[in-house]
Amino acid sequence: MNNLLECRNLSKYFGPVRALDNISLSIGRGRIVGLLGPNASGKSTFMKICNDLLTPTKGEIRIAGFSPGVESKKIVSYLPERNYLNDWMKVSDIIAFFHDFYTDFNKDKAYDMLKKLNIHAGDRLKTMSKGTKEKVQLILVMSRDAQLYLLDEPIGGVDPAARDYILDTIIGNYNENATVIISTHLISDIEKVLDDIIFLKEGQILLHKTVDEIREETGKSVDSLFREVFKC
Amino acid sequence: MAWELKTDRPIYAQLIEQLELRICSGIYPPGARMPSVRDLAQEASVNPNTMQRALASLEEDGLLYSHRTSGRFVTKDVEMIRKTRNKLAQEQVHEFLKKMGELGFEYSEILSIITDLAEELIK
Repeated sequence: MNNLLECRNLSKYFGPVRALDNISLSIGRGRIVGLLGPNASGKSTFMKICNDLLTPTKGEIRIAGFSPGVESKKIVSYLPERNYLNDWMKVSDIIAFFHDFYTDFNKDKAYDMLKKLNIHAGDRLKTMSKGTKEKVQLILVMSRDAQLYLLDEPIGGVDPAARDYILDTIIGNYNENATVIISTHLISDIEKVLDDIIFLKEGQILLHKTVDEIREETGKSVDSLFREVFKC
Repeated sequence: MAWELKTDRPIYAQLIEQLELRICSGIYPPGARMPSVRDLAQEASVNPNTMQRALASLEEDGLLYSHRTSGRFVTKDVEMIRKTRNKLAQEQVHEFLKKMGELGFEYSEILSIITDLAEELIK
């Protein structure tokens, strides 16, 4: 099994609700993948299963051959949809904490990104705006030399200039062994950066293609196609 | 020169055109070493695999060549670059003529408009 991420007949039910409904998926290394879908389509559930925060109802999932757990977490860097850091901590404290916790954490990279985004390492999180906190979280996640990055809405809360910097970081960080999966609603901002697109709808995969396949076959951008497919 | 990418066409095809343009206009002169895939991808804000694919295609066409260890270079074949430049010019003129046709202009009218404007520009 050469694929970095592989899942077969993966389902997650919450009572009668099918958050994920029989998903089979293979994602190789060296890809930047957009996981796109309207609200409640299963994007965050999928990412949580990858991180062992939820257990699947049916089916299985492997990351570099591992089931989600201690071994997989060593190679997966996850940006959750919500803030989980302690408010009273300084950025420098959190960096030290991450450095202790993850052997692949690159401190220099973190401080470098902080500087570029004008964030002071001595500041406490509670003094920061929502957008700045999000930037700090993303810096922590991108400072690991992981094999799989799972970014749940990484650019939703930040300004357009920081958005460009973040996308630039994702491109600059690219390596052939690592894959990045990004869930977002800001498709037009991000589609140039993506290899593959996965459309999720009501827990099922509606489409799995490359950006250029979509543009070639439909003559539309991914953003336009999304608006058409998910028209309310 | 800024990278201009339209949203409704494959990115890969547009990168090929933009790279050709940069080679023809001398931004990447004959025999020069090309920037790395990563740098080019970052500059154009595109996926590195897509940039790699565009570069590989130009290599296949002979406009670029790669050295196993030292990277990718622009061809030294000036004649080939000239041909590419002509091809790009023809595409531009085709597009222009099509639009002028849609506006209902005759060939002779188009020529006189161009001549007049060019004379104004030279002044």
